[in-house]
Amino acid sequence: MNYIPNTDADLSAMLREIGVASFDELVAAIPASLRKFKMELPPAMSEPELQRELGAMAARNKPLDALTSFLGAGAYEHFIPTAIDHLVSRGELYTAYTPYQAEASQGTLQLLYEYQSLICRLTGMDISNASLYDGGSAVGESAYLALNAQPKRSRIVVSSALHPEYRQILKTYTAGLEMEIVELPVSDGVTNLDALVAATNEDTAAVLLQSPNFFGCIEPMQKAGELIKATGAWFVAVVNPLSLGALRPPGEYGADLAVGEGQPLGIPVGYGGPYVGFLTSTKQLVHKISGRIVGRSVDTEGRDAFCLTLQAREQHIRREKATSNICTNQSLMALRVAIFLTLLGKRGMREIAELNLRRSHQAAEVISRMPGFALKFPRTPFFNEFVVTCPAPAQTICDRLERDGIIAGLPLGRFDAAMERDLLVCVTEAKSTADIERLVEALGRAANQRA
Amino acid sequence: MKEPLIFDLSSPGRRACSLPAFDAPAKPLTELVPQDCLRQDDAELPEVSEIDVVRHVTRLSQLNFSVDTHFYPLGSCTMKYNPKINDRIASLPGFANVHPYQPASTAQGALAAFGLLEQTLCEITGMDAFTLQPAAGAHGELTGLLLIRAYHTARGNPRRKVIVPDSAHGTNPSSAHLAGYDVVTVPSNKQGEIDIEKFRAALDEEVAAVMLTNPSTHGVFETNILEIAAMAHKAGALLYYDGANLNALIGLARPGDMGFDVVHLNVHKTFSTPHGGGGPGAGPVGVKKSLEAFLPTPRLARNATDGTLSWNYDRPQTIGKMRSFYGNTGILLRALTYILAHGADGLRRVSEVAIVNANYIKAKLKDLYDDPFPQPCMHEIVFSGRLQKKQGSSARDIAKRLLDFGFHAPTIYFPLTVPEALMIEPTETESREMLDRFIAAMRQIAGEIAANAETLHNAPFTMPVTRVDEVKAARELDVSFVKRNA
Repeated sequence: MNYIPNTDADLSAMLREIGVASFDELVAAIPASLRKFKMELPPAMSEPELQRELGAMAARNKPLDALTSFLGAGAYEHFIPTAIDHLVSRGELYTAYTPYQAEASQGTLQLLYEYQSLICRLTGMDISNASLYDGGSAVGESAYLALNAQPKRSRIVVSSALHPEYRQILKTYTAGLEMEIVELPVSDGVTNLDALVAATNEDTAAVLLQSPNFFGCIEPMQKAGELIKATGAWFVAVVNPLSLGALRPPGEYGADLAVGEGQPLGIPVGYGGPYVGFLTSTKQLVHKISGRIVGRSVDTEGRDAFCLTLQAREQHIRREKATSNICTNQSLMALRVAIFLTLLGKRGMREIAELNLRRSHQAAEVISRMPGFALKFPRTPFFNEFVVTCPAPAQTICDRLERDGIIAGLPLGRFDAAMERDLLVCVTEAKSTADIERLVEALGRAANQRA
Repeated sequence: MKEPLIFDLSSPGRRACSLPAFDAPAKPLTELVPQDCLRQDDAELPEVSEIDVVRHVTRLSQLNFSVDTHFYPLGSCTMKYNPKINDRIASLPGFANVHPYQPASTAQGALAAFGLLEQTLCEITGMDAFTLQPAAGAHGELTGLLLIRAYHTARGNPRRKVIVPDSAHGTNPSSAHLAGYDVVTVPSNKQGEIDIEKFRAALDEEVAAVMLTNPSTHGVFETNILEIAAMAHKAGALLYYDGANLNALIGLARPGDMGFDVVHLNVHKTFSTPHGGGGPGAGPVGVKKSLEAFLPTPRLARNATDGTLSWNYDRPQTIGKMRSFYGNTGILLRALTYILAHGADGLRRVSEVAIVNANYIKAKLKDLYDDPFPQPCMHEIVFSGRLQKKQGSSARDIAKRLLDFGFHAPTIYFPLTVPEALMIEPTETESREMLDRFIAAMRQIAGEIAANAETLHNAPFTMPVTRVDEVKAARELDVSFVKRNA
């Protein structure tokens, strides 16, 4: 199967018009020694064969709708309104390029402007870019920005309750830079603020805290913000945007940057991607942040019109002096987020966030009363995830439940051997009372089962 | 005609979705979470009905040019047709609705797809191993440079410099800078290739890597590539391949055989995944054996006894992670579908036809537009609009005028080495008739400029808006909607 309109006859005629006797004349610049190789690829498939073969491959996975899953940890199962898939399937949107030619891209540009506006309203921040790759790389990017904007400060302070993958990305991103990363310990599921004060000084470019954090706990962001402000370092809040329907937004507790994973807002879990990273800042930092930004202006007739703006920050203009190397971002995923926020609207975002709070607390309360099970951080407020300490290794419990088609959560021993019995359980609005009862019943059975 | 902002369509009390009721006893929220953690005022999101949203987004979409509606000869961007089967496969629930932390036993199909794509990309590029983690080309560059840094560091000296030709994409020097390297720029010669004597002079024992695009952004093949590779390797530097232009070479030559040690691909260019109005893409990175140990974690592992696949995080020499989880899975699946649709011969034909299409445009326009590099081009042709500039019209004017003919503009003012650059990449998925119409439009525009260059200054004339005031956009920044005073 191929998608090439020109036939051999077309090509022969074109070669004649070009004035060469054969195709090989056009590629005579390629050394002959490089032309001698063979690609060992599977034979070409017709469309029905593709449907069959790749359909069979997909069928070897168990999707969430065939399971009862309590997995979260950076990727969340939420309601996705049908209209989103319908709208982003329009070829005019998904087969367009980056809107560099503003006059031929007003649709994409206005939608990205609306995305930026919606994200600002949700986070309470002044400025949003038009997207980054995902939550993890947005964390890495925020470190670049803080270090780049404050050349005399070379320390990044980060909570060890930040998602372990995000912390690893931060280290990877900064491996070539002269800087240091200081990790803060956790007490009762949240960042130890005494340690924060001790680690943050005039050499600190930024302090990164996640709320709700990796353990689902809500961090004392207001207090942390005050402590960080006193040192002049940037306060980078890593937030779950869906939680902001019910939780205090970063714009209200003094964050300089608020970044995070946009997946909860209308993007399928998709085995890890594509997702979308969002990056927001205060007004003061608009020239320091990275990524494309859409601005509203006018055309020559004075009508409202949109275009990419502040491009002087970007790599195609500034090359090695740019604030970031980002070019291609995740526009279509940002569009999903914009449509999600629009469809849910003012009241829907409040309702969905409150449903998450209620469902997770409903589950946590029942599980915590089960013999042998306990909440690891019983005194700390949480959003839609919480850590349960199990009577046996969490992995063993999960393996037992998997046979019944239940994924109980994420065993945390893979990140920290000391947490071998700890299970991160996520309960979103996508779970019902019946799902929770099923989990509780299965946990009880698994706990009593002898190995 | 003008579509209002979604905020202007809002009316109190309107709803576009409903959620299930909470069916257990509901406590006051403050019993669950302390008051000072809770949001006081609702976020000022729109209040609209579903039909408002559907019409709003649909109408806005109709203001766009796209591959599905228009020819998009955007140089260096490979705006080829995006086959619909790709999207169908990626949206199968068996792929789209799988959580990344699900046990490997429930994701064997996804793992197999990753494995097959890694293997086919190795064959296509002549590399030994691939990571599918990077989310875009520039992300792949950063990954590649961090791999190169790890490689040199393991040998005792990370080195200080990265060589980049003046024709390179801006992402190259920018990525090198983020990886902690100083950028050394080497000029091009008259043929549009790297100046080999200047290159020799720039090479020393502090050069960690040489980043090349081949064919270069001048649309020409680096004829000295084997010599360049030998020189770089002799100096202990690694050779980095920017895969932006791989659509010229599939089945014709492989970066791995040319001597490249690290390669990134843009699957949203070469392998037909849609551009989405600016993303998502994916930027897989391939390496030679000597760099495999440094690849990002996790890596696929196959159980020797039963053949099952799993993720291996135990990689002591890894650079770490570039993003969460494993990559832009949905995009990678589209690329895999495309590769399997073509097979080896089909992919070679992709590049052959892309090259013929570009040379056809070159042959039909070079009498009117300055053609700075007279040799045959590869998959794209870079003209200079300097003759038209002398008559009073810029490359920007030509680009804007093309929109009136129903063609997206070429890439303009890039590469920076060519004055008034017009970079045209037709791709293989355009028919001869479409190319003829484009050529006719370009010829008519050259005629219009010769007759009265000034008329083009106000182009385009038929778009939903006329030229947008970019200076005002930057000076009077409005990037987030705030209600204007009535």
